[in-house]
Amino acid sequence: MSSQITGAQSLVLSLEAAGADVVFGIPGGAILPAYDPLYDAERLRHILVRHEQGAGHAAEGYAQATGRVGVCIATSGPGATNLVTPIADAYMDSVPLVAITGQVPSAAIGTDAFQEADICGITLPITKHNFLVASADDIPRTIAEAFHLASTGRPGPVLVDLPKDILQATTSVLPADIWPPTLCLPGYRPVTRPHGKQIREAARMISAARRPVLYVGGGVLKARAAAELRTLAELTGIPVVTTLMARGAFPDSHPQHLGMPGMHGSVAAVTALQKSDLLIALGARFDDRVTGRLASFAPKAAVIHADIDPAEIGKNRVADVPIVGDCREVINDLVAALQGEPRADLAGWWRQVDGWRRTYPLGYDLPTDGSVAPQYVIERLGRIAGPQALYVAGVGQHQMWAAQFISYENPYTWLNSGGLGTMGYAVPAAMGAKVGRPDATVWAIDGDGCFQMTNQELATCALEGIPIKVAIINNGSLGMVRQWQTLFYDQRYSNTDLGTRPDSAGTSAGTGGGPGAGSASGAPRGTRRVPDFVRLAEALGCVGMRCESPDEVDATIDKAMAIDDAPVVVDFVVHRDAMVWPMVAAGASNDDIRIARDIAPDFDYEEL
Amino acid sequence: MSTHTLSVLVENKPGVLARVAGLFSRRGFNIESLAVGPTEHDDVSRMTIVVSVDELPLEQVTKQLNKLVNVIKIVEMEPSAAVRRELVLVKVRADLSVRSQVLETVQLFRAKVVDVAPDAVTVEATGTRDKLDALIRMLEPFGIRELVQSGMVALGRGPRSITDRSLRALDRTA
Repeated sequence: MSSQITGAQSLVLSLEAAGADVVFGIPGGAILPAYDPLYDAERLRHILVRHEQGAGHAAEGYAQATGRVGVCIATSGPGATNLVTPIADAYMDSVPLVAITGQVPSAAIGTDAFQEADICGITLPITKHNFLVASADDIPRTIAEAFHLASTGRPGPVLVDLPKDILQATTSVLPADIWPPTLCLPGYRPVTRPHGKQIREAARMISAARRPVLYVGGGVLKARAAAELRTLAELTGIPVVTTLMARGAFPDSHPQHLGMPGMHGSVAAVTALQKSDLLIALGARFDDRVTGRLASFAPKAAVIHADIDPAEIGKNRVADVPIVGDCREVINDLVAALQGEPRADLAGWWRQVDGWRRTYPLGYDLPTDGSVAPQYVIERLGRIAGPQALYVAGVGQHQMWAAQFISYENPYTWLNSGGLGTMGYAVPAAMGAKVGRPDATVWAIDGDGCFQMTNQELATCALEGIPIKVAIINNGSLGMVRQWQTLFYDQRYSNTDLGTRPDSAGTSAGTGGGPGAGSASGAPRGTRRVPDFVRLAEALGCVGMRCESPDEVDATIDKAMAIDDAPVVVDFVVHRDAMVWPMVAAGASNDDIRIARDIAPDFDYEEL
Repeated sequence: MSTHTLSVLVENKPGVLARVAGLFSRRGFNIESLAVGPTEHDDVSRMTIVVSVDELPLEQVTKQLNKLVNVIKIVEMEPSAAVRRELVLVKVRADLSVRSQVLETVQLFRAKVVDVAPDAVTVEATGTRDKLDALIRMLEPFGIRELVQSGMVALGRGPRSITDRSLRALDRTA
């Protein structure tokens, strides 16, 4: 046979044939054979990251920004285990991800060989599926199956583990000859077409409801159904709430949009769900962060629940009308079915909803000490960078403020780690998003805690020409944990002070000294920033800036916006005691929402 | 809680048992018994899983099982519409003084002796859970030295086969 290729060549050709244009990764012993043909690849760009976790989140950011499958690659053992967090993250947020890992040679599997880890076993509960490839002949089909599984039905991460000898073996199965390969997935048949009877029943309930709410989740974005959602909303005139994963699926400026529901949702969104008589859940999963105490969530509401994953329906809340299907098809069918139905008069419901919205708008207090309100920074950032920019958040207070105070007008402009809540997501995910959408402005909005988990990828950004912008909302502490310590732990700030600004102590009270213990570092409080984010940014090849006064916020953002040939990091030193409001305490009922500490809304409106 | 018997057709591939067992444990469901083996089709294995759950969690576990890519089909076996059997091997003390009594008990249950030693016999019995429990109760007074039981296997009554349609699906993708 003249045309024989190696398994490694087959891998690279198969990735190209599957449509991948970028992979994020780091080479190592077991995956080394794959990096040789990667060196010559013309259509596939490899971006060398600094930590495999960065590769995984970058692939997620790429996928979430573009809708295409993100690909990351790592070696066996520690390389593979470093991918575990982003894989779990992609599983929770249904992100289409293909992770390629090297494995020790087949003969060494199970012998505790150097850099061996059973990554298929480890990722069993956090992947949609995974493969241990047994023959070089199988590589094209396995890659095609991995991309198919990752991107269809409910998207999710798929891992392909490739023993080194399989990469080195030769095969006469050429991807180009057989593409697209015949898939062998007899147990995989996602249902995308909704059942007509269920659609008709849903349409009947929608037209009869007096207090309906469209409860929109991330599935609407996965189904690329933002335009269809708008048609449905405007046809029915029903109020819309968008969950953390669905921000951008419906324009924030739209008069029917009540904002985000859940633990830190708007009063109008949370209360509308509570008082509703019909929830139309589209690609949402009744997460505990949305429902609060489940038993008292939307107690009077009937539920229409549409999702592509049948296991989500009835998992947390019983559905009166279950609809299994792709959200775009569901919404299109609903729109068609509703054309013939009478329109309910929702004027009374809207009067009530508008009352909550008018009385309890999202807002924040400006600090009296002249320091910068973190919400103000984020609000100005959203205003100046505008609705075409992409915003990528870490996890914590800054994430909630970014979900609340930026007006999302377009789908796929808001990326975050919703389900797993992975601190450190923002910088690498922003990098991946910028690679996928090079013409868009990409802002990572990060906390000083999150930023220190993954900022090494700024070196990747600087060297690979990926000019993201990072706004560090620096309150000198693990802010969300600190907020809970303020509210629920008697202001005992155990191990939440990060020392990233001069006025933080730089030690963790509680490590022996308890409350009031002084700095153990020797340096007097008030002089050090560890790390100094501006100098750290510069060390990583980025432009570093700092903003410590409300007057400088706009000018600093403008300056950052003007730089397009290097990554920019802005250290926004903000008021350290700012809290995220409204809030429903963990485990509490959504009826017990607080708009500030100990202050509940006064629902003195006439019940319908 | 009630007991349910699930027949699960899976692709005959390495690691499938771990995927199924892992799913039960991480979703908080207890497996009472599990039996797995090949079927009339080389590419398909069949698991019979007995779980003790309420109706709603059962629906959830079935849906989660269905999401496993290697799971082809799940059918709940209704007790009245299925033949359900377990197998037990039990080594009973039976010296000359009691051997005839042991053999009498074995015959009563239509079980059979598959090994004999001077002071013990090994009994093989198949049947429903109730029958096997009764047999074990009757043998206990003689002294049970060792006992092993299979998981339950079940097959629907009547002419229909749950593999038929699934095999057609397999053929389509092959």
